[in-house]
Amino acid sequence: MPGSTTSLTDLGVRSIRDGVAAGDFSAVEVAEAFNANVAAASVLNTFIVATPDAALDAARAIDAKRAKGEPLGKMGGVPIGMKDLFATKGVQTSAASHMLENFLPEYESTVSQKLWDAGAGMLGKLNLDQFAMGSSNETSYFGNVINPWRRNDGGNAALAPGGSSGGSSAAIAARLCPAATGTDTGGSIRQPAAFTGISGIKPTYGRCSRWGIVAFASSLDQAGPMARDVTDCAIMLEAMAGFDPKDSTSLDMPVPQWEANLSPDMKGKRVGVPREYRMDGMDEDVAKSWDQGIAWLKDAGAEIVDISLPHTRYALPAYYIVAPAEASSNLARYDGVRYGLRDLPEGAGLQDMYAATRAAGFGAEVKRRILIGTYVLSAGFYDAYYTQAQKVRTLIARDFAKAFESCDVILAPTAPTAAFALGEMTSDPLSMYLNDVFAVPASLAGLPAMSVPAGLNREGLPLGLQIIGNMFDEQGVLDAGLAIERAAEFVVRPDRWW
Amino acid sequence: MAVDTQTVARIAALARIKLGEGELDAMVPELNGILAWVEQLGEVDTTGVEPMTAVIPNTLRLRADVIDADPLTGGGKRDAVLANAPAAEHGFFGVPKVIE
Repeated sequence: MPGSTTSLTDLGVRSIRDGVAAGDFSAVEVAEAFNANVAAASVLNTFIVATPDAALDAARAIDAKRAKGEPLGKMGGVPIGMKDLFATKGVQTSAASHMLENFLPEYESTVSQKLWDAGAGMLGKLNLDQFAMGSSNETSYFGNVINPWRRNDGGNAALAPGGSSGGSSAAIAARLCPAATGTDTGGSIRQPAAFTGISGIKPTYGRCSRWGIVAFASSLDQAGPMARDVTDCAIMLEAMAGFDPKDSTSLDMPVPQWEANLSPDMKGKRVGVPREYRMDGMDEDVAKSWDQGIAWLKDAGAEIVDISLPHTRYALPAYYIVAPAEASSNLARYDGVRYGLRDLPEGAGLQDMYAATRAAGFGAEVKRRILIGTYVLSAGFYDAYYTQAQKVRTLIARDFAKAFESCDVILAPTAPTAAFALGEMTSDPLSMYLNDVFAVPASLAGLPAMSVPAGLNREGLPLGLQIIGNMFDEQGVLDAGLAIERAAEFVVRPDRWW
Repeated sequence: MAVDTQTVARIAALARIKLGEGELDAMVPELNGILAWVEQLGEVDTTGVEPMTAVIPNTLRLRADVIDADPLTGGGKRDAVLANAPAAEHGFFGVPKVIE
């Protein structure tokens, strides 16, 4: 294995960390191998900016530490991709927008700093939907990301990698990085993970600091790891999580030892299957994979429980009031004065400059959501829309609380479909929103949830299964995820065509 | 509640986003589609239900009342604050002349 670049990029987080620690290969060899894969895959458009030197510098530091016999950290020697929503000091942080195209942060986000402190290195900044608003990575100012997976019909249609963390998901599936950061506001870690045959977990709201993450909807935004398997997610989540006084909603709780406590044994566990998620006209392959997941967990020793989440169908409409409302407020900061783009037409005053700057700096989907948010918060409509949505959100959280009286984790599909083709959903914003139907309820309730690959559909595309856990129970989610991973034995990968 | 071109223009003005006429016209049916869809929340009986304020029970903390409690977010960072400003002059943000 040592010296062979192709095999080093087949390794995941744990294998790289342990291999570097054991001296099977150096961190620099690993970084060089992934840098080479990144450089050779520009057609996938996963990275907005590659930082091969940063990856090498971090790797050299790890190799030097090992030579001195110092501890290497939880992620020692692992090069990762950083979603371009995390502020990285001196490295462009664009949120895939024209507005922040040339933004060079003077500071490092808490989550990225924690990862560097744990020994990880940065391969580059990953593409995403603009300001994390989208489910297909088609709203990026820097162009579409191409899913490395293709349908088995020989048509070679370019497929969406999911969104908003589409650069992260595609890069991991294509072996350009062993893991990457994601953020999840209404499914943005889980749905792209499902579309690309990888794993990803959104922890309980507040586990990972939001400080230094470009804000979208602050009551929902939560960072999490994306990687090829459950163990790698557990390792990386441990490195990312932890109390941060700079985030007012950060959880002041110790970070559990998720990796050390991982167990695929489901004996004595009750798995809830929400009947409202079995929707009319459900995709046959998605329904089949869900049934298969239920059978797998039963085989692993779990008791299967029928549960009800009665307000499920109201989750998406509530989300599309709450999230745009928060976005319209958060994105008010982009005014062309303090940072980011400024568009100052000849002879324009301050107000004209604001309006011109925001017209030029935001893409169509971002404008749409700001306008919706502004409308539902405006005088006379606030109670009918926003307050009602927040009440429905309370009811959705109650549904989950009640369900967790009779089960330990919930099993559901991650998305209603496999990856769709680029352009297939863009003509109607609503049809795109509906792709997050299974992901959004857990977001509204702040619960930990993860997607793990379950198999392929009849088109040869990966499908994901979602595990939703009770507040703070990432361990239960990861354990059930591991049980599915063991049973699914998902080893297929996209043929390299790029 | 359907919106018309005039309402969308007013919202855009509130949001400080300049929309061209074509953009404005295209936005009307899109916003109406989304608003008609979220209307279904009206069906839910929310009598006596408190609106969600915090998704995870949490009390907001106060930091220690000392200057520069966290040096990273404390004061004395003028140059760093101005580093990304589109127009910074004499240690201040520059803006076009404002005459009321």
